[in-house]
Amino acid sequence: MILALILIPALIGSMVFFIRKPWVCRTLLIVTAAAHACMTALCWCGFPKPALSGWLAMDAPGLLFLSIASALFLLASFYRVSFRKESAEKKKDFEEGFLFTNAPEATFCGCMLLFLSTMTLVCVSHQFGILWVAVEATTLASAPLIFFHRHRRSLEAAWKYLLICSVGIALALLGNFFLAVALPSRGVGGSMLLAQMIDQARGGLLNAVWLKAAFVLLLVGYGTKMGLAPMHTWLPDAHSEAPSAVSALLSGALLNCSFLAILRSQQVLVAAGFAEFGQGLLLLLGLVSMAVAAALIVGQADYKRMLAYSSVEHMGILAVGVGIGGIATFGSMFHAVNHSLAKGMLFFAAGNILSFYRTKRASEVTGLLGRLPMTGILWVAGLFAITGSPPFGTFVSEFTILSGALGQGRSFIAVLYLVLLAIAFAGMAVTMLRMAQGGDESNETRGREAALALIPPAVLAVAVLALGMIVPSSLGEMLRAAAAAVGGVR
Amino acid sequence: MISWAGLILVVLLLQNLMLLGTGRVRACIRIAAMQGAILSLLPILSSGGVPTLRETGIAAASAALKGIAFPWLLYRSLRGTGVRREGAPLLSYSASIVAGMAVLGIALWIASRAPLPGATASPLALPAALATMFTGMLLIVTRRTALMQLLGYIVLENGIFAFGFAMEIQAGLLVELGILIDAFLAVLVMGVAIFHIHRAYDAIDVGQLSALTDWDR
Repeated sequence: MILALILIPALIGSMVFFIRKPWVCRTLLIVTAAAHACMTALCWCGFPKPALSGWLAMDAPGLLFLSIASALFLLASFYRVSFRKESAEKKKDFEEGFLFTNAPEATFCGCMLLFLSTMTLVCVSHQFGILWVAVEATTLASAPLIFFHRHRRSLEAAWKYLLICSVGIALALLGNFFLAVALPSRGVGGSMLLAQMIDQARGGLLNAVWLKAAFVLLLVGYGTKMGLAPMHTWLPDAHSEAPSAVSALLSGALLNCSFLAILRSQQVLVAAGFAEFGQGLLLLLGLVSMAVAAALIVGQADYKRMLAYSSVEHMGILAVGVGIGGIATFGSMFHAVNHSLAKGMLFFAAGNILSFYRTKRASEVTGLLGRLPMTGILWVAGLFAITGSPPFGTFVSEFTILSGALGQGRSFIAVLYLVLLAIAFAGMAVTMLRMAQGGDESNETRGREAALALIPPAVLAVAVLALGMIVPSSLGEMLRAAAAAVGGVR
Repeated sequence: MISWAGLILVVLLLQNLMLLGTGRVRACIRIAAMQGAILSLLPILSSGGVPTLRETGIAAASAALKGIAFPWLLYRSLRGTGVRREGAPLLSYSASIVAGMAVLGIALWIASRAPLPGATASPLALPAALATMFTGMLLIVTRRTALMQLLGYIVLENGIFAFGFAMEIQAGLLVELGILIDAFLAVLVMGVAIFHIHRAYDAIDVGQLSALTDWDR
């Protein structure tokens, strides 16, 4: 089952590269995505058996992040179909006016499926070496997706993404080696298994200095990929230049996968009795990310960049949640789900706006509610969802993290957290509401909105709204189990 | 046995300085490739007994990849671009060599202070690995052609590999193969990106990649 989850998208993905007909590629993309989502849903009935002598296994945090990735991927592939007419011909660039051609549909669909396969591998890896290989593979599979619109700016974004993330992840490899040095047996294959690592850590067999140094390197390495400030510099470029369906996946699925890699390292640290060391670092990086993002959200001219910085902010929130620990870890897991849903919806809506207004400058978009009414409503709903307003799920999860901080009497952190959230809210609200309103002169044309471009963001909107009111018991159980695994509530 | 490893590690350090001291891209590709190949064979050369089949296989695959496949890919993207040397590095070559010496000093200092659990492969192995990693990072930060940055990445990987050798880490067959495949794909994908950068800008100077900022254009 686990092998099927990885191999089916990988095999079909490599096949798709050789198919000429675009509609066949798109059909295969959707069918595979649906099959993957169904198999992931089946895993909720009971974890599948481990594969490859325990190197690949499913547990609560893995399944949680895998489900987010799989669901978002399915919606993104549906959403993508609404842009089918745009793919082939030469297009004029909105901003600089030169001509460019998109990458062939086969390349796009093939890379998407490989991307799904590598993200699945990240979620089920229970061995630190394979985990590293998988995270690096997600970079390589997604770089061509960022370069989909073959023009200079997307090239620049793809190059920065490749170089910064590869160097970051090279540091994580060094971190893995440090981890191996910390082991009494110098990391012969099997002892880098998560479960054995945790056992040895509990027994006090790991060398403390090397373990801590390893965690720092792993945090910096995977943190680069997760978009934690100050290693986030690739993120706004990549998210703003990629096609919107890809931006949604990068933000909602890929960043979470890197977060999972950090959580795996934290699991070892917790078992070794150094939970506070890791939590302190996570808290620091999380707050720095929130501060940097808040500063750059305010007055951001490009609305896709603004969403990208909002992702930096939310990754910061996730890190802060785990950094505080206890009930806040639960909040952090829940927030990962909510953020992915809300951010996916916003990037899908941003894609609709971009294809109608043909600009990414927020100041040139006005009267969204009048000209693209459905997208406009989703855009405004998305604003409240992403900034954590009631009754959306994000409110509940952000509030849980806050109450975790207050419950431990860390009022300074709680206040800082609230202030940074408020700044980001104000910054996003000004820009996004200005886009939604105004410009209601009668001579303005109304845009045509395709159903396929609206249903995926609408589904996400309903989901994040529903999570604000009721959390299904199975999801609640899974969240609690995931939080317990990484050293939160028991 | 120790002298073998020691000799090779000294060669490694000299190669670092050569990489920092020249702007001729072809020469740099050659040096980085030799460095990678030598490092891949190092575990076999320095092991006392007869190496197992598995060790030999991995070393051979890795040497072929780093010594033959990487330079081939890099030469291919170089041929398309017609670039012969790094134009104007952010740090001049003589200054780079001084920086390289400084980095070596730092590496020696760190290695002398590191709390080592158990023995290392050779007393010079840990500082050599650290110095190679730092050299890779220096190349990435101070060079402006995309190709030299990619070379810097390869040298960084070489350094990490050398660290694995220094600490006698066995990652396991599957992981080592995975790392090799990832490294190969990374060089491949970045090579393709360099080709496109050349086509779009008629140069591979990353200083021109500056359209995306937060500040108003």
